[in-house]
Amino acid sequence: MNADVSTHAIDPSTMNKRRPGDTVRSLSRETPCFEVKNLDLYYGKDAALKNITMMVPAKRVTACIGPSGCGKSTLLRCFNRMNDLVDSCRIEGQILLDGANIYDKGIDVPELRRRVGMVFQKPNPFPKTIYENVAYGLRLQGVNNRAVLNEVVERSLKRAALWDEVKDRLNEPAFSLSGGQQQRLVIARAVAIEPEVLLLDEPCSALDPIATARIEELIDELTSEYTIVIVTHNMQQAARVSDYTAFMYLGELIEYDDTQLIFTNPKQQRTQDYVTGRFG
Amino acid sequence: MRDWFKSGAPWIWLNAGAAAISLIMVFGLIALIAVRGLSHFWPSPILETTVHHTDGTEERVLGELRNTEVVPVAVVAAMGIDFPEDQELVTRYLIQLGNRDLTGRDFAWFVGDLMDEWQFPDDALVLERTEWGNFYGYLLRVKEGDQVVGEGEAAWEELFPRVARAGDLRRQIHRIERFDIGAINTQMERIRLDERSLRARGETDPAAFERLRERRAELDQQYAVLEAERAELYERIARDFLVAESMDGREVTIPIANVVRAARPNTMSFFEKLGHYFDKFGEFVGGFPREANTEGGIFPAIFGTVMMVLLMSVVVTPLGVLAAIYLREYAKQGPFVQTIRISVNNLAGVPSIVFGVFGLGFFVYWVGGSIDDLFYPERLPAPTFGTPGLMWASLTLALLTLPVVIVATEEGLTRIPRSVREGSLALGATKAETLWRVIVPMAAPAMMTGLILAVARAAGEVAPLMLVGVVKLAPNLPVDGNFPFLHLERKFMHLGFHIYDVGFQSPNVEAARPLVYATALMLVFIIIVLNLTAIAIRNRLREKAKAVAE
Repeated sequence: MNADVSTHAIDPSTMNKRRPGDTVRSLSRETPCFEVKNLDLYYGKDAALKNITMMVPAKRVTACIGPSGCGKSTLLRCFNRMNDLVDSCRIEGQILLDGANIYDKGIDVPELRRRVGMVFQKPNPFPKTIYENVAYGLRLQGVNNRAVLNEVVERSLKRAALWDEVKDRLNEPAFSLSGGQQQRLVIARAVAIEPEVLLLDEPCSALDPIATARIEELIDELTSEYTIVIVTHNMQQAARVSDYTAFMYLGELIEYDDTQLIFTNPKQQRTQDYVTGRFG
Repeated sequence: MRDWFKSGAPWIWLNAGAAAISLIMVFGLIALIAVRGLSHFWPSPILETTVHHTDGTEERVLGELRNTEVVPVAVVAAMGIDFPEDQELVTRYLIQLGNRDLTGRDFAWFVGDLMDEWQFPDDALVLERTEWGNFYGYLLRVKEGDQVVGEGEAAWEELFPRVARAGDLRRQIHRIERFDIGAINTQMERIRLDERSLRARGETDPAAFERLRERRAELDQQYAVLEAERAELYERIARDFLVAESMDGREVTIPIANVVRAARPNTMSFFEKLGHYFDKFGEFVGGFPREANTEGGIFPAIFGTVMMVLLMSVVVTPLGVLAAIYLREYAKQGPFVQTIRISVNNLAGVPSIVFGVFGLGFFVYWVGGSIDDLFYPERLPAPTFGTPGLMWASLTLALLTLPVVIVATEEGLTRIPRSVREGSLALGATKAETLWRVIVPMAAPAMMTGLILAVARAAGEVAPLMLVGVVKLAPNLPVDGNFPFLHLERKFMHLGFHIYDVGFQSPNVEAARPLVYATALMLVFIIIVLNLTAIAIRNRLREKAKAVAE
């Protein structure tokens, strides 16, 4: 982004999330899905997240924006405990899901991850057929009934807007799909196990504009059923798809509010600078 | 010149040259082995000539030319031959004379200058016999008992069908001895052991012994029937004789029962030679060795080699893969695991004979001895597993090749992108589920690579095997029709050891040399086949896990 872009880089009229009659949303009126309380995260001695407190509303799209290295992906990976895989990672504070701290000792992590699905930056299908990729999560749960699997695979692929393109080639390897199709496939794979939350980690960064548009449409459709948290570098995308936007900088949550407010009338100068392209 | 260097062309030449030299060496080696080994089965002409020895005696020579050498005069000067002053080199020929039973020397060098012109008489006879090697001579007549049934040309017509008949009878005798009587012997042995263990347990019930006695009597009866059958076959096979004249002018009577093959190579047409060739080659690949391994086939060695490599693969693959998965996926990475990893890698560099010594001390004497004490007390003091055998050889080689499989598998596991693991975990899979459903299938080609390397190494290994189970001549194959069909405790033959034994331990080096080449060719061929099989499997796995890295 260039520094000489006018004050409002994002035209509010492109924000398609607004329904007629909507006024500015308020977090205080939403049902909470996740509640993050005083979260600190360290990689070894370096703090990657500093005292984050935020509420992720249910059945809404929440976007995380911020410059590279600000900790937005790290925060996202806290929601399904993906950071557990990093040996040197240490977490303090709480994240409540339905009132229970997901970092409690007794938490069944695989069960948590079934409830909180995730889609990664680069499409990562398994070296299996298209069908088996989508069926994977169910097979893990011991579902091997062909009829049930068929139905779920079809429904998930339809929901991910991929069914029409692949219905005749379900038994071909997933790698035969294009990048955009692969990304929709992994979304189908994630929704096949009916999670409550979908975490999207820059899902469009490796895709061309057309594929990006399809994914964005998809996010829009999925909002009715899922809580979605999306990390993105693309501010237009954040503006287009999200209801709420969190701006992060150097591990801190600078501002978190209704998307329209963040992009048109931010309270913090740093947010203003970032969304208008003065830095970042 | 400088431009030429700058252009990078010298590097291309250098690399291409190295590749070309490697290829030439490999194919040259295989070609040499193939030519030397395969030509052995081609019937060569029989030459006849007279050698005028320096002491004034003359010797008639009949045989096959085996080798030609040009040597300095000094080498043969000791024989007292007078050569012209200016002659420096002399040609000498190695002739296979056969007739070891008559003269005691079946190969001899003759100096070319002392030989008359060579002739290739049409009716020169070569007999391949079950003992005493080849016979060269002239056929006089064929007899049935004392009665002459053919003389001159008629003798030839009588000879061939009678040789074929003897071959059939010999095969029947072989079948009875090896399979039928072998099976009875096995059962007899079992009864003997049962009886011993009854005694050892202090069994007093006479009925138990009585039952065994009845079984034994029954077997004795069966044996008597087979024995009679065999005796009859021996009688029938001993019916025919041939009388031939050997080169020293003696008339020799040879039982046709001892003749494996009879031929007049000098009159054979190309297609007859071809038939003869494939007949002999088939015997080599599918037959059992004769005459201290210098004649006959190498089937037991082929079988033993393949068997051992397969057993080793069955042991080493799961063990190596599991160990590698633990080291890479579960163990906490740190100096300790790093030390283990280095140790495993170094294990691959330990000389194989050391593994052999370890296998003998640990597997054979300790593990095998314990198994004998626990499970086969009735056979003691005769060892069952407490002696070198197929199982211990396979285990020793599995140990030897374990590092290769571990290293290759670890390599494969590290190459799997993190994103795939995360994808699986994010769907609620546990670590173990992720491993078995995604990671291991993706790393399977790497595991196969490890196995391919292991097979290549194990199939060619000889030194440790000599300590833990390979023998010069194994009376029985490790697989047969007697329960439990797979006899892991048996000793076995191995192509690598067979090469060593035939080539360097044989009483008749000249006769054995072509067999060394043929056996070496067979060993190389088997390793190639085993490897190609493994590579085909790997490619199929790769096909499945394709394009992961992109």
